[in-house]
Amino acid sequence: MSGRRAVKIIDTTVRDGSHSVAHRFTPAQVATVAGALDRAGVWAVAVGHGDGLGAGSRQYGFAAHPDHELIAAAAAAMESSRIATALLPGIGTKEDLRAAHDAGASVVRVSTVCTEADIGVQHLGLARELGMLAHSHLNMAHIASPERIAENALIVAAAGGEAVYLVDSAGALMRDDVRAAVAALREALPAEVEIGIHEHNNLSLAVANSVAAIEEGATIVDVTLAGMGAGAGNCQAEPLVAVLDRLGYETGVDLLALQDVADGFVRPELMPGPIVIDRLTGTLGYAGVPASFLLHAIRAGERFDVDPREIVIELGRRKAVVGQEDMIIDVAAALAG
Amino acid sequence: MPSERAPLRVGIAGSGNIGTDLMLKIERSPALELAGVAGIDPESDGLARAAARGHYTTAGGLATMLAEVGGIDLVCDATSARAHAEHARLLVERGIKSVDLTPAALGPAVIPPVNLEEHLDAPDVNLVTCGAQATVPIAAAIAATTPVAYAEIVSTISSRSAGPGTRANIDEFTQTTARALETVAGAERGKAIIILNPAEPPLKMRNTVYADVGEAELEPIAAAVTARVAEVAAYVPGYRLSAPPLLRDGTVTVLLEVTGAGDYLPEYAGNLDIMTSAAVRVAEMVAAREAGR
Repeated sequence: MSGRRAVKIIDTTVRDGSHSVAHRFTPAQVATVAGALDRAGVWAVAVGHGDGLGAGSRQYGFAAHPDHELIAAAAAAMESSRIATALLPGIGTKEDLRAAHDAGASVVRVSTVCTEADIGVQHLGLARELGMLAHSHLNMAHIASPERIAENALIVAAAGGEAVYLVDSAGALMRDDVRAAVAALREALPAEVEIGIHEHNNLSLAVANSVAAIEEGATIVDVTLAGMGAGAGNCQAEPLVAVLDRLGYETGVDLLALQDVADGFVRPELMPGPIVIDRLTGTLGYAGVPASFLLHAIRAGERFDVDPREIVIELGRRKAVVGQEDMIIDVAAALAG
Repeated sequence: MPSERAPLRVGIAGSGNIGTDLMLKIERSPALELAGVAGIDPESDGLARAAARGHYTTAGGLATMLAEVGGIDLVCDATSARAHAEHARLLVERGIKSVDLTPAALGPAVIPPVNLEEHLDAPDVNLVTCGAQATVPIAAAIAATTPVAYAEIVSTISSRSAGPGTRANIDEFTQTTARALETVAGAERGKAIIILNPAEPPLKMRNTVYADVGEAELEPIAAAVTARVAEVAAYVPGYRLSAPPLLRDGTVTVLLEVTGAGDYLPEYAGNLDIMTSAAVRVAEMVAAREAGR
């Protein structure tokens, strides 16, 4: 095409959105969303438990359906887009990755805290062995310097990783943080390793930050329909695709089709309520706490009769990271004293 | 158990963080005597410290120590899973007991307050993982009170205390810990999760045990858990509940914190301290048994 730079759109509604429904997605719902996204032309659709493969647990919530069933349902509904899945080392295992691959996933995002990339080396290696695209989500990107994130990205590249994402788990990154981190990644990584961006909208910066990342050289962006996702949701697909088109990027996505599935199915059928930046989701971004903690903090607040914002602020002070949902109970119990 | 018998002579294989922390703990135990430290890196801080404290040291590995030092009763192996396979062979040949702190898992999995008694005669016992040492005692105490259909644990450790072995084999960590919840604690099904937290200053090791107990009452479970915490704290002084046990919708939640003794490893490294403390506990129980013979 006429010099328009290509950007790959990965829709993660039926992965990140899973947090807002306590992981109760059905295979039929996943098939409807995945089929519509496939027809709309997204590059890949992320499917599975919100906390990654094998995350069904007391800690994060048991899913209504196992990951491999949801992936198989998506695969049956899709023709050309890829299926992506998430794996958090320490939670999911290589065995889970094999099962996801067998069910139809061809991209994995191995997700670690951005300072701990080495714990994902064995999973990236297995993905390559299975012929999957091995991508790495470096999460909690607001806690580390661009240099530290770049050092970890090099571990990913050395392990055969084909893309490294800056993951703003708490929706806490400022635009200049995004620019600096993506620039550091682009400078450090070999040209063939792509850079991705994954945003949460807790401070209303998700689209702006995603665009900033793309301007600095990112070529993959994670989005969700209607912004459905953890906390105040993810980078909303519809405006992002519209903005990228206006700015002259090529996504290959049919904007009207995307809007139709967002408004025609996701809002009325999938979302338990509107995604909003309110006093609690806004505090997640402000305190730098993973967006996935939202429902857990609400429940702990009720259980221990504590303002969930106080729990969130204390979790930020104690520097809780992705996966530490049990610390929510610990903090709530301590605050209830 | 004090007796007229000489203390048990304990050798250490491995002069890294774990081996060096073990050295300080063995020095402190009246029932144990340190026979020497075998490493493979002549430049290691651990060997330098051991030599400075007047202990036998070698950078020639365990085989050299076994050839040069007589009368060793027990060796704590703080090397690697791969090295342990060879070490176990050397030790068995000589009738020396082995306490394995690596993930090799050749011998039976031992969690001192739960099943040490039944494995005191095993030539090689394995200490599983720090997560298992911290949580299996609690899951077992609950399972001894009421059937546990499902036990799940989450261990969070400071990034600084996670060595290259743990990092490269994180699946093995979760899988062996989950297995110990089933085979040692007695849960019908087990699951383990490990989280590395890079915060500075480093966080102390914390653990959560979830146990599905159906209709059971909290009171007897809480009593069993509290008693078990005291048993573990007898050999890991920094082991404590961070909140009283909770019960909701048939799931017990137990929150635990482990502060290290701050011997060689800093206090936040409760995960490493609980492993070295468990190894010393095993050695002391072996010593007490020998003394009783």
